[in-house]
This record gives sequence, structure tokens and C-alpha cells, in this order.
Amino acid sequence: MKQASPTRQRLAALSLIGAPLLTFPLLSLPEGNWIGVPAQFFYLFAVWAGLIALAAWVAERKDK
Amino acid sequence: MLSGWFILFLSTVYMAILFAVARFGDARADAGKSIISANVYALSLAVYCTSWTFYGSVGRATSGGLSFLTIYIGPTLMLLMTGVILKMIRISKVNRITSIADFIASRYGKSQLLAGLVTIIAVIGVVPYIALQLKAVSASLEALLHESGSDFLPWWLDSTFLIAALLAVFTILFGTRHLDATERHEGMVAAIAFESVVKLLAFLAVGVFVTYSMFDGLGELFQRAAASPELARLLQTDASRAGTWTAMILLSGLAIIFLPRQFQIIVVENVDESHLKRAVWLFPLYLLLINIFVLPIALGGLLHFQGQPFNPDTFVLTLPLARGAEMLALLVFIGGLSAATGMVIVETIALSTMVCNDLVMPWLLRYSRIGERKDLSRLLIVIRRAAITLILLLGYVYFRAAGEAYALVGIGLISFAAVAQFAPAMFGGMYWKQGNHAGAVAGLLGGFSVWLYTLLLPSFARSGWIGNGFVENGLFGIAGLKAQALFGLGGLDEISHCLWWSLLVNLGLYIAVSLTTRPDALEAGQAERFVDVFRHSGRETDTRLWRGRASMEELLNLLERFLGKARTHKQLGAYARKRGTTSWQKLPIDAGLVHFAEAQLAGAIGSASARVMVASVTQEEDIGLEEVLDILDEATQVRAYSRNLEAKSRELEAATTELRAVNERLRELDKMKDDFISTVTHELRTPLTSIRALSEMLHEDPRMELSDRKRFLGIIVSETVRLTRLINQILDMAKLESGRAEWTTSEVDVREVIRESMDSLEQLFREKGVMLTGELPETCPLVMADRDRLTQVMINLLSNAVKFVPGETGKVHVRLSADTERVRIVVGDNGPGLTADECNVIFEKFRQGGNTMTDKPQGTGLGLPISRQIVEYFGGNLWVESEPGAGANFIFTVPLPGPEEQQ
Repeated sequence: MKQASPTRQRLAALSLIGAPLLTFPLLSLPEGNWIGVPAQFFYLFAVWAGLIALAAWVAERKDK
Repeated sequence: MLSGWFILFLSTVYMAILFAVARFGDARADAGKSIISANVYALSLAVYCTSWTFYGSVGRATSGGLSFLTIYIGPTLMLLMTGVILKMIRISKVNRITSIADFIASRYGKSQLLAGLVTIIAVIGVVPYIALQLKAVSASLEALLHESGSDFLPWWLDSTFLIAALLAVFTILFGTRHLDATERHEGMVAAIAFESVVKLLAFLAVGVFVTYSMFDGLGELFQRAAASPELARLLQTDASRAGTWTAMILLSGLAIIFLPRQFQIIVVENVDESHLKRAVWLFPLYLLLINIFVLPIALGGLLHFQGQPFNPDTFVLTLPLARGAEMLALLVFIGGLSAATGMVIVETIALSTMVCNDLVMPWLLRYSRIGERKDLSRLLIVIRRAAITLILLLGYVYFRAAGEAYALVGIGLISFAAVAQFAPAMFGGMYWKQGNHAGAVAGLLGGFSVWLYTLLLPSFARSGWIGNGFVENGLFGIAGLKAQALFGLGGLDEISHCLWWSLLVNLGLYIAVSLTTRPDALEAGQAERFVDVFRHSGRETDTRLWRGRASMEELLNLLERFLGKARTHKQLGAYARKRGTTSWQKLPIDAGLVHFAEAQLAGAIGSASARVMVASVTQEEDIGLEEVLDILDEATQVRAYSRNLEAKSRELEAATTELRAVNERLRELDKMKDDFISTVTHELRTPLTSIRALSEMLHEDPRMELSDRKRFLGIIVSETVRLTRLINQILDMAKLESGRAEWTTSEVDVREVIRESMDSLEQLFREKGVMLTGELPETCPLVMADRDRLTQVMINLLSNAVKFVPGETGKVHVRLSADTERVRIVVGDNGPGLTADECNVIFEKFRQGGNTMTDKPQGTGLGLPISRQIVEYFGGNLWVESEPGAGANFIFTVPLPGPEEQQ
């Protein structure tokens, strides 16, 4: 049987982590201003960018 | 300065550049040097960002705050599910699938009914989306011209219609230039990737302009917005929108793979599965970048145009224009044009393929004699061109009928909800073998009807095109049938409401009907092929699922009509080589060949039509469902068995290797034992022979002189002593090696051991006239060892030394030193020394210094091996440092006990 690829599983795990992080109720936690930017705006883009960076790291790694 | 003609000119130049890029891409593809790299693939996915993103997001942000982001978060999360997307790509490659309609139809038994149904849903569903592009381009043009006050169109010509017509011509020229309708459109993909770059740069440019030129950066913009209660509302999305937020993410996540153009780009145009690895992060990164400035622009527009009439959908244009930045406005216009044309091109090409393959061709093949024409590839192109025109026309009609009542994003979401209806049939088809044709039809019809009733028709009603009684009061006045509060389900926005009901009905019907009906034989086979696509490496099962008769001539004829002669012969040649035949004329007419022909045809006219066509020229035997299930079952079992077998054989191999190693070791030991015995016997025989010879001489010659007798007896005695010593040492060695030796470990002062050994051998040294000196430190730490054994080592080394040094001038020197870890004893002499080879050899059993062949042996050859064993038992080392002619230093160390052992 073909072994499930670890890269694919890691990416899917990122997706499963991302879903609760980017939806309510967690999304209602950031309030007010962070470093001069509305907290929610900052939070959304930061989490999103983090997911992308992790995905890039997982997908582009040379070793399997 | 911005005249209509200048704008038209600029647009034409831009289109010409696009053509050049596409032409270049096609030329490279024809030359076999594809320019579609992982990066180009990832960028081409950004065809997802249409006018909606470019103009509509800002508009959405002015009313919904951050909620515009959901449309881009959904795709990010969906794309991370690489396994799902990879499976779609693999299935499509294996089955030569060219559209989403083809995918669903092929899975559920190559059904023409399903292919048609999916096509109709896709066309109707996507029409509002195309209308959105028309509306956006028209609005942007209006904004640009309104500002400059020029009006270049005659009053009787509707600018939106003109745009639709131009886009149709452009798409036709662009996407269906080839007569060959089955290839990928590599040129188009390259052009789309190029457009993606243009629209991103344009949007970033306007974003930076608004944020940093019109305002003092993000901080100031947000501060001013927060000061106004109306705008502050946009900065924080409260939890009451949680349902809508999640629904939008789900909706956009489905849209990214099920929109016909996304399916086309992600699946059909994929040249290499590994490109997905790049797309999985590069495309989300693109989405993130293009969205960073959306909220700032929206806030900037609201702040700037306070108290004036404005259209938030065109803020990206009107803001630069308000500051007189006309060149930037033009760049933005080109960016918006990019977004719209990219979407329209890919969407209409994908839809026209579906309309042609899954709607028109089956109908033509069934009801006209067109199937008998010689070359049909020309006709395919004509149908596709007509379909493109028709789709754009429908888009225009929808724009006229309902476009005015909605903002851009509102229109787009209607389309998203329509394509979401494909989800149950698609996912079910990929992962659930029991899902069948009847279930898919029921689910799609149910979901689509709900969508029509709760979303599309109300959009017409809103613009007053049809009566809105069914929205306000419910159909036939029944309150439970209110279109946007079905069965009293209120409190949701219209999109979430539609998504919830339509997916519930769709999924419910799909599952319920699938579980209560039985698939036919063909479906069961296809289900297996789709769900287990990664395990289906061999095509054995495929070929067993077809029985019948066919003729090469008829198959060839069929292929030539749809693919053209040259292409047919090329493909057949390649297939023959794969089967190991020299030319395709010699191919056996079997199930494999028929499958190949059908797959080739499916690439051109869709799997449903291909099946009908192939069936028309072959005599296929009907295989019952039971038999198909048996064959599939058998195949599954065989796979399971072979897996077990593989595992077993691997285990067996490992065990064999282990056994072999053990056997090897045993042989070695056996050989060592033999060697040992033969050496021992040899060593014992030498003294025995000499004793026997001398004894015989004494026995036979009674008149021998006394002095001779004495000498002989002396030799006999010394040989006996040697023999005894040899036997003792052999016993000692055997004990040491077998681990049965007795050790009495206690604290030992090495100095005492050395002194005693030197004393006991003093006589021997004096007899030979050899000088023995010692160099012992004042104090020396105690070691843990067996005192007698250490003495044995010392005596052995000293007696070796005295044996090899020359008489009278010989010198032997013993030196003891100690550091924190060990004591070190050196026994040095000024004898003949040893060669490097000898340094190693002397520690082997029965090997002695000097030439044993010529010289009389001076020892037993066991002293050093025994000494080494003893020293190593205490954890030390014994070695020799020497050079020929320079004497030898025998060195051994004994470790000191660790600190915890000392206590």
C-alpha cells in the first residue's frame, strides 16, 4: 500500500489548525489597537501570513 | 487629457501584449519546451482574483469591514488540502477529463444526463459572475471618462454591450485559435500568469498611493477612521456575524476548486503534479498581498468623499483621479481590465468546452447524421466559439436584468453558491464508492432548485424584473415558502440562507438516493477507478471490465474523424510502443485498445459522448453488475494478498541475512579452533621430539661420556620445564578466553608489584649480565586489580626483555608514571627492536619475535597474548613501540578507579 505522504499530511494539518484560528469565536478575542493598527486586522493578517510561511516551509523542504 | 480614444488605444496595446505572451507560450509548448513552471502555475491560479477582488473588495469593505477577507481565507485553507486536489488532478489525468462536468459524468457511469445537468448548472450559475466583470469594466470606464468629462460613445451604443462584444471576440481569438481542441492551452496559462502580475502591481500601486500619499500611512488612516463612529464599526467584526463569516469561508473554499475556470487552471492545465507544492503557498501569498490595502483604500475613500455621492466599487479609480494622478488611474484601469479579461477568457473557454462536449455534441450525435462526417474537429471549434458568444450574451442580459440592484461582490456570491452545489457529487465521487448516478442527479437537481428559488430569482425580483411576491409573502402566499426565509429560517443573510438549505437538500438527497438505489455495472467500475486512483497502477482490472468485439478499421476511422489523421497516428504509435509492439497496425484488438481509443476521444468530446461513440462501432457484451463487483472484489483481494506476501518476504529476507551472519561467525570460530589445535600440537611436539631423541640416544649408548650425558639430561630437563610451562599457559589462556579464570580484585600498589617482579628476576638478569634499572615515583595511587595477575604480566614483560637483549651490554629499564586517570608502566630495552609488522604480530598466539624458522624458539608464544588479555580485563591497554635496531618499549596502562568508586 502506498504510504500517505508526510508533506501532504502536514499541509492538511495546517489547514485544520487554520480553520479555527481564522473564524469565530477565536476571532473575537483581538480587540482595540495593536501597534497602531486595529487588533483584528493585525491578527487576521498575522495568522494568515504565519500559515503561508509554515506551508512554504513544509512544501519546499527537500527531505521527504 | 484622458480621452476615450486614448483609453481604447491603451487597452488595445495591452491586449496585443497579452496575445504576444500567449503566442510565445504556445510556440514554446509546440517546441516541447514548456514555459509553465511551478511559479507560472501558481500565478495562473490567481485568475481567481477578478474584478470582484480588484474593484468589489473595496466596495464590500465599506459596508462589511473585514468580511471581504473570508473570500481569500477559504481558498488558502482549501488549497492546503493538497491530498484532495492531487487526487482530482490524478483522476483527471488518468481518465483524460477536460472539465468539471466531464469529471462528475465520468465518475457516475459516463452519464450524458449528468454531464448536461452539470453544464447547465455551471452556465446558469456562472452567468452572474460574468455579468459582474462586465459591470466592473463598464463602471471603471465610466468613472475614468466621467472625471475627464469626455463622452466618446454615441448615445445609441451601450458601452457595456460593446465591452461584452469585444471580450467575446478577444476570447474567441485567444482560446480557440487552435483547430485542435484537445490540447492544453499553455499560451493562455502564460498570459493569465502575466495578467496576475499586472493586476497585483496595479493594486499595490494604488494602495501605496492612497495610504502614504493621500494619508500619512496606516496609523493615521486607522486613527481617523476610529474617530468616526460610523467607520469605527468597520474595524471590528463582532461575533454576531460568526455564521456568515464561516459560511463565506466554506463557500469560497469550495469555489476555488469547483468554479469551472478554477477547475480548468488547477486540474486540466496542470502539467506537473509537483507544481502544486509551490502553488500551495505562493497563491495564498498572492491573495494576502492583494488584500493588504483593501481596507485602507476603503477607509480612505469614505474619509475623502464624505458628504459627496460616490460608488465605493470604484474607489481605486476615483481616489487617484481626485488627486489628479491620471497615469496611476490608467494603470489601475489596465489592472482592472486584466482582472476582468483573465476571468472571462478562462471561464468562457472552460464553459464552452463543457457546452460543446456535454450538451451540444451528445445532442448532435444522437439526433442528426453529423456523426458520419469525415472531419469533425472543425465543427467542434465552431460550436465552442458560438458557446463563448452565447455565454457573454447571457452575462450581458443578466447585467441588464439584475446587475444594477447589487454591488459587485453580491453578484459574485450568487455564482459561488451555485458551484458549491457540485461539492457533494465531487467529494462523494472521490471518496465514497457507494455514491451513484441516481444520487448525484437527485442531489444536484435538488440543490440547484433551492439555489434558483432562494438566490437567483430573488436577484431578478430585487431589480423589479419579476414580481417579488414570492420573496415578500412566500410562494402562493404561504409564509413558509418565503424565498429568503424558507420555513421561517430567518436571521441569516441571503447567501448563508441559500448555502445552508441548498447543501442540506443536495447532500441529503445524494446520500439517501445513493443508499437506496443500485449502481449499474459501468458505474461500479468507474467508482473503483476514481476512489482508488492511487492504487490503480495496473490496468488489468480495467481491461477485464470490458468484453466484446471491435475492428481496428472502425476504431481508427472514429479517432481520425475527431482528432484528425496526423494526431491519431501519432497517439496510436506511442500507445503501440508502450505495449511493446513495433507498429500500431499489429496491435491486438482487445479491451486495452478499446479503452485507449475511448480515452483519446474523451479528451476531445468528453467521456460521455466518447463512450457513446465507441459503443457505436464495437459490439460490447453486457457484463452484469454482479460480475463487475466480483471482478473488483477479486482485484481488491489480490492486492491485499500481494501486500501480505511482500511483507512476509521482507521478513524472511531479514531473517536469512541474520542467519547467514551467524553462520559466518560460527565458521570463523571453528576455523580458529582448528588453527589453535594444530598450532598447539605443533608447539608440544617440538620439545617432545627433542626429549625423545635425547632419551633414545642415552638409552641406546651406555658408553656415552658422563659430560655428554649430563648435557643431554640438562637439555631434557629444560625442555620438560618448557613443556610444562607451555601446558600451563595453554590452560591459563583457555581459562581466560572462556571467562572461567578466577580473579581476586583488591587495591594494589603497582610499585610493590614492580619491585617484587624485579627482585624475583634479579638472578636471571645477573646471570646474563644485563643491567636492570627502575624509576618509580615517590607516591602512586592504588589501582583495583588482581595482584598475582599483574605480577604475571610484569614478569612476562621482563623475561621477554632479558631474552632479547644482548648479553653483557643489555639494559632493561622500568618506568612507572601516573596521571589522574591511569597508571602507565613502560618496560624498555636496548635489544634488536621490532619492525612495524612484528609489533602487531607478536600479540597473536604462538607468534614470537625473531625468525622462528631458523632461530631456536625462546618462548612459548603465549606470554604476550595472555598479558594483553589480563591488562584488558582490568580496562587497560598493552602495546609496543619500537623500531628495528632501536630497542623496544612495552607499555601497559591500568586505569584508576573513578571518584565514586574510590569512596
